[in-house]
Amino acid sequence: MKKTFAGIALGGLLALSGSLHAADYAIDKEGQHAFINFKTGHLGFSMLHGRFNDFDGTFSWDEKNPESSKVNVTINTASVDSNHAERDKHLRSDDFLDSKKHPQATFVSTNVEMTGEKTANVTGDLTLNGVTKPVVLDTRFIGEGEDPWGGYRAGFEGTTSIKLKDFDISMDLGPAAAEVELALSIEGIRQ
Amino acid sequence: MHLKNTPSRYGAVAVALHWSVALTVIGLAILGLWMVDLTYYSPYYRSAPFWHKSIGITLAAVMVLRLFWRLMNPRPASLPNHQPWEKRLAALVHTLLYALLAVIVISGYLISTAKGQGVSVFGWFEIPAVLTDLPEQADRAGAVHYWVVISVLVLAGLHALGALKHHFIDRDDTLRRMLGMRPRGARQNP
Repeated sequence: MKKTFAGIALGGLLALSGSLHAADYAIDKEGQHAFINFKTGHLGFSMLHGRFNDFDGTFSWDEKNPESSKVNVTINTASVDSNHAERDKHLRSDDFLDSKKHPQATFVSTNVEMTGEKTANVTGDLTLNGVTKPVVLDTRFIGEGEDPWGGYRAGFEGTTSIKLKDFDISMDLGPAAAEVELALSIEGIRQ
Repeated sequence: MHLKNTPSRYGAVAVALHWSVALTVIGLAILGLWMVDLTYYSPYYRSAPFWHKSIGITLAAVMVLRLFWRLMNPRPASLPNHQPWEKRLAALVHTLLYALLAVIVISGYLISTAKGQGVSVFGWFEIPAVLTDLPEQADRAGAVHYWVVISVLVLAGLHALGALKHHFIDRDDTLRRMLGMRPRGARQNP
């Protein structure tokens, strides 16, 4: 009886705290269940894909109050990887990411607007090449729940399109590569 | 002119190797500095690095041949008027030039092969990658490649100044010897 009461009290407390503070999640970096990919056109003939291998971040998520959610991601720009050593070196140079001068790119959400039960427009400040611009991540919440190993996880993916010129990336790769699509696929472990 | 060196003269092979390596190194440096600033739509955007790498690997092979040739041939003695400090300085510069050329070739190779891709040589064959995924490999190798090239150009300039000093100030046969010319004062028709 005592146990049950304690359980209810704890449950109530959790529910209360849950409504005040959404659960905080850290990106599952160790298990590598997170990806930051990019995609752009090559001369209008095909799509080129690449990714960032090193990034970290946190997000908060509360199913009951999804618009209070927050996302915060920091990317080490030197970890850019398009599976081509010379191209990646070029991407790190001041023609593109200038990763020596701007070793980090960040995304910090400023507003979450639900557009459906599991979809949202996540607005935030993207800082890339030292330039900060607002972008909107077209986001889909995928799922949450207990994992088989005693933890609790939640995940989402979001995409946005940026113009390289907006971030002072001046190298001209032609009209097909003027825009780059960024895709974040993130799984977090509740802290 | 003999093919092989004699105790007092450089042979035709050593002279040809010296000048072809000199021209190739300077040419590759210019090509390399030029190609990294090409725009994406330049017709040379792909071909310039291809030639740079193909010629660079060939240069490495030529340098190995040159070292073998140097070991298999007598070294022409220094001219009698060469000062001890001149001999020491010249030997130091020669050693540095050889060593730094090796560093340039290796660092260049490590840029292109940093992620496992090989280096094509004129499309004939490919040198495979052997050392990959070192931390920041392509960037560090690139920085070494650039700065060692600059150092070699400076050293080559010093080397050339030395040769010109011997030719115009000391008026000796140091430079003439490397050009395969007869010693000064030698009869034209023996």
